[in-house]
Amino acid sequence: MTAVASTVTIRVLLFASYAELLGSDALEIMLENPARVSDALERLRAFPGGDRLPPKPLCALNLTQVEQDTVLRVGDELAILPPLSGG
Amino acid sequence: MYLTADAINLGALLAQVQSPRHGGIASFLGSVRDHQGGRSVLRLEYSAYDPMAEAECGRIVREAESQWDCVIALKHRTGTLQIGDVAVAVVAASAHRDEAFAACRYVIEEVKRRVPIWKREIFVDGTVEWVGAGAGGQRSSGGDHSVTSQSAES
Repeated sequence: MTAVASTVTIRVLLFASYAELLGSDALEIMLENPARVSDALERLRAFPGGDRLPPKPLCALNLTQVEQDTVLRVGDELAILPPLSGG
Repeated sequence: MYLTADAINLGALLAQVQSPRHGGIASFLGSVRDHQGGRSVLRLEYSAYDPMAEAECGRIVREAESQWDCVIALKHRTGTLQIGDVAVAVVAASAHRDEAFAACRYVIEEVKRRVPIWKREIFVDGTVEWVGAGAGGQRSSGGDHSVTSQSAES
């Protein structure tokens, strides 16, 4: 039997305009298990400046784009991506 | 490596893809323009989510090379770029020009659409804006944080 952890700690990466909004480009957040991408976004909105994040920002989990209902696991790296503007 | 902090060398990219079986080679260069929305641009600053950008560029190149019989060379700059600097270069080599043009076009369009790279425009008047940052984005000019909208375009 494996005990189910009561919390999930993930690393959040912020880029470009979003890093400026929250005044940080990387932070760790602890969420209640089970947690989804939408739960992480809700937590980020409580940070100073986080209320200015759009309702559904582009998100990547461990380098792959994901939807808001994707389940988070311990050690995941969640990147919140502003509108892309390469080229 | 598709991202580079150094100047892009088109000759080196051409050398990567030229071969006796390639009769058509198409290239696209995106370079830093001196104006945007009627205002004068001083320089651009590019940043990227490096590991994901590398992975996504690799996926795009593989897609193009499997969809057309071609070989692709791709480089995208990061860091500070001055007016006229090359920000992105795509070279597509194929047996014939149709495939080369189509593959080259595909790669640049997908790079702009999918690769996590962001550019910030520094205007001559001192304002600084993240390109494409609409709601949730921001404009900074001496602490001013009004929201603006910009189109992203090479």
